[in-house]
Amino acid sequence: MLGRRLLFVTGKGGVGKTAVAAALGLCAARAGRNVLVCAQDGRPDLGVAFGAGALGFEPVRVPLDERDAVAGGGLALMTMRTEESLREYVRIHLKIPLVTRLGPLARTLDFVADAAPGVKEILSVGKLAWEVREDHYDLVVVDAPACGDVVGYLDAPAAVEELVHVGMIRHQTEWIREVLVDPACSGVVVVSTPEEMPTTETLELLGALAARPSVPAAAVVANRVLPELFTRAERELFEGVRADAGSWDRLVAATGPGLDAAWRGAELAVALRRRASAHLARLRAGVGDLPVLYAPELDGGDTGLRRTDALATALGDELG
Amino acid sequence: MSSADGVAAGPQPAPSARGGPGLRELAGSRGIVVIGGAGGVGKTTVAASFAAAVAATEPGRVLVLTIDPARRLATSLGVGELGNAETLVGPERWAEAGIRPRGELWAAMLDTRAAWDDLVRRHAPDAGTARAILANRLYANVTSRFAESHPYVASERLHELVEQGGYDLVVVDTPPSRQAIDVIDAPRRMREFFAGRLLRWLIAPATSRLVGLASRPFFVLADRVLGAQFLADVGAFFRLMSTMEDGFVSTADAVETMLRDEARFVVVTTPEPGPAREAATFAAALVERGHRLGAVVLNRAVPDWVTAEPTVHTGVLLATDAEGVAAQVAGAGAAVPAGPLGRVLAEVGRSHRLLLAAAERQDAVEGELAGAGAALVRLAIQPDELTDLGALVRAGRLLG
Repeated sequence: MLGRRLLFVTGKGGVGKTAVAAALGLCAARAGRNVLVCAQDGRPDLGVAFGAGALGFEPVRVPLDERDAVAGGGLALMTMRTEESLREYVRIHLKIPLVTRLGPLARTLDFVADAAPGVKEILSVGKLAWEVREDHYDLVVVDAPACGDVVGYLDAPAAVEELVHVGMIRHQTEWIREVLVDPACSGVVVVSTPEEMPTTETLELLGALAARPSVPAAAVVANRVLPELFTRAERELFEGVRADAGSWDRLVAATGPGLDAAWRGAELAVALRRRASAHLARLRAGVGDLPVLYAPELDGGDTGLRRTDALATALGDELG
Repeated sequence: MSSADGVAAGPQPAPSARGGPGLRELAGSRGIVVIGGAGGVGKTTVAASFAAAVAATEPGRVLVLTIDPARRLATSLGVGELGNAETLVGPERWAEAGIRPRGELWAAMLDTRAAWDDLVRRHAPDAGTARAILANRLYANVTSRFAESHPYVASERLHELVEQGGYDLVVVDTPPSRQAIDVIDAPRRMREFFAGRLLRWLIAPATSRLVGLASRPFFVLADRVLGAQFLADVGAFFRLMSTMEDGFVSTADAVETMLRDEARFVVVTTPEPGPAREAATFAAALVERGHRLGAVVLNRAVPDWVTAEPTVHTGVLLATDAEGVAAQVAGAGAAVPAGPLGRVLAEVGRSHRLLLAAAERQDAVEGELAGAGAALVRLAIQPDELTDLGALVRAGRLLG
């Protein structure tokens, strides 16, 4: 999967898609690839994932640990800004000396991008595809819009082709689409968690992607998978001790009156794990041949780079 | 949102020590409650719980307007593929839950596309214009792509239901948006949309547009980038849209007034730092803009019994010396093998240690949320998914 050039990471809101995008980027950089990870406009999470400050449109290099530094490997972060993407596009493709005067018109641009379907999206998708086409990076990982919006985002070049018949934007759609639909080059990574709605939305999105000539699905990441607490035998013992008054009383005598609540905590963990595994089974059954990468629920105490590091290690193990 | 656990059956944790504001109090005199927060925190379930609890406890008509409920939650409310229609939760569902409600519970899903179509029919000057707009090939694209389209149409529908539905309480779950704050900003943005310079330019006759071009480099650029034909198409579409300006602007004003003066907001979060940060930002923005913040709900909270002193004592013992405890118990004649028992006890200790660490992080999050100045209500995480009406009512009662 990390052999591709352009990965769009999506998922239902709240499943950790930014964290996964960051971790995949780190993982690929450790494997010696030069990687760009791009966040959506206005979301601070990607910077937080690397302990970096606020990100801008201009990519910033993240220094890799010594142990991660492999020849050729590198990691840069940026955030998408439609206005600056247009500014860059104008500078490169139109050679119109208007660039400096665009600034105060940001809101107007926002308006035209909203009013003209697909324009905002194509300025984003097009910029990222361009980074790939120009070989600025080996891999571009995009923290893409959530499930509900990502199809419209990825289909923007097609929508623009349909709606716009002339003009500079129209002329760019063909090569962008070529980059996007090539399964050797581009792919969608859908992040899910073992819960009802994220699983449902993941399966619906995979169906929607398969039904159109769009970016092909590359993998599903099952995020926040809870560990199994007990083997079958241990589980029987866990339940048996609680049910047997004699054993239980001895245990309470040895450990104190808090045993009931402590046991309840483990029962809660077992129940949450059981509930999650039903959703995981539904996910596995629904994804067909698509690879599913499992990422564990991480220690909630880890934040920033430590958390990204842990997730990257887990995903790296899954990728082999 | 389905996976919101809230509080359901089983041992009932006590409500927050700080206490909820009371169901009726939370609803306010006009009975409009808007549930906001980051994606995936359980807004839909909290909205349904609150509405169900009020309908169970008090006379009157209660409506919960949900955006995208999980299938099982929709089923338990009796709404499926019903589009915008409001549906009464039938007596058989209450009977299944063993509850005799004092009020009526209605539920509706928001179908954004259908709601947009309704808006167009209502605000277009005549049926012909409405048909022309609905048939325009840009229409579907535009309505589904406005960043603020979903929040706007949700708040507009809320306004309509409040004005015309005859409900004593309307609880609305807010739609997915880039930021929770989009919901309260949507009416203003809709107004700005109609007042915007570019709309004026787009809908102006082509001749006057050309005259203006010379002084407006941006529009030259737009022309070059997007093509004149596309701009003309967009212009034609917005000329149609602008016939609805009066209706849209006055409705946006009314929606904004309703949200500011009459609605109570409930901000939902989980104890995780990301959603909590967004909740704190949203709560602060609400207060700053003069909205009323009824409560902050901490969903999937760590249960109180985790931090009770006896639990901590036992948990620490198991986490540090499970083998010793197992040997002691097995030696005392219990019919259990010490080795496997030790492993089980160690796992129980580890589970508790994780919960305890989560409780500490939750304390930090609660500190951040306290700045919002609203009552904080904890809904403890539960082993079962919260789906049936009885469980919803029990969870909702904790909000009061």
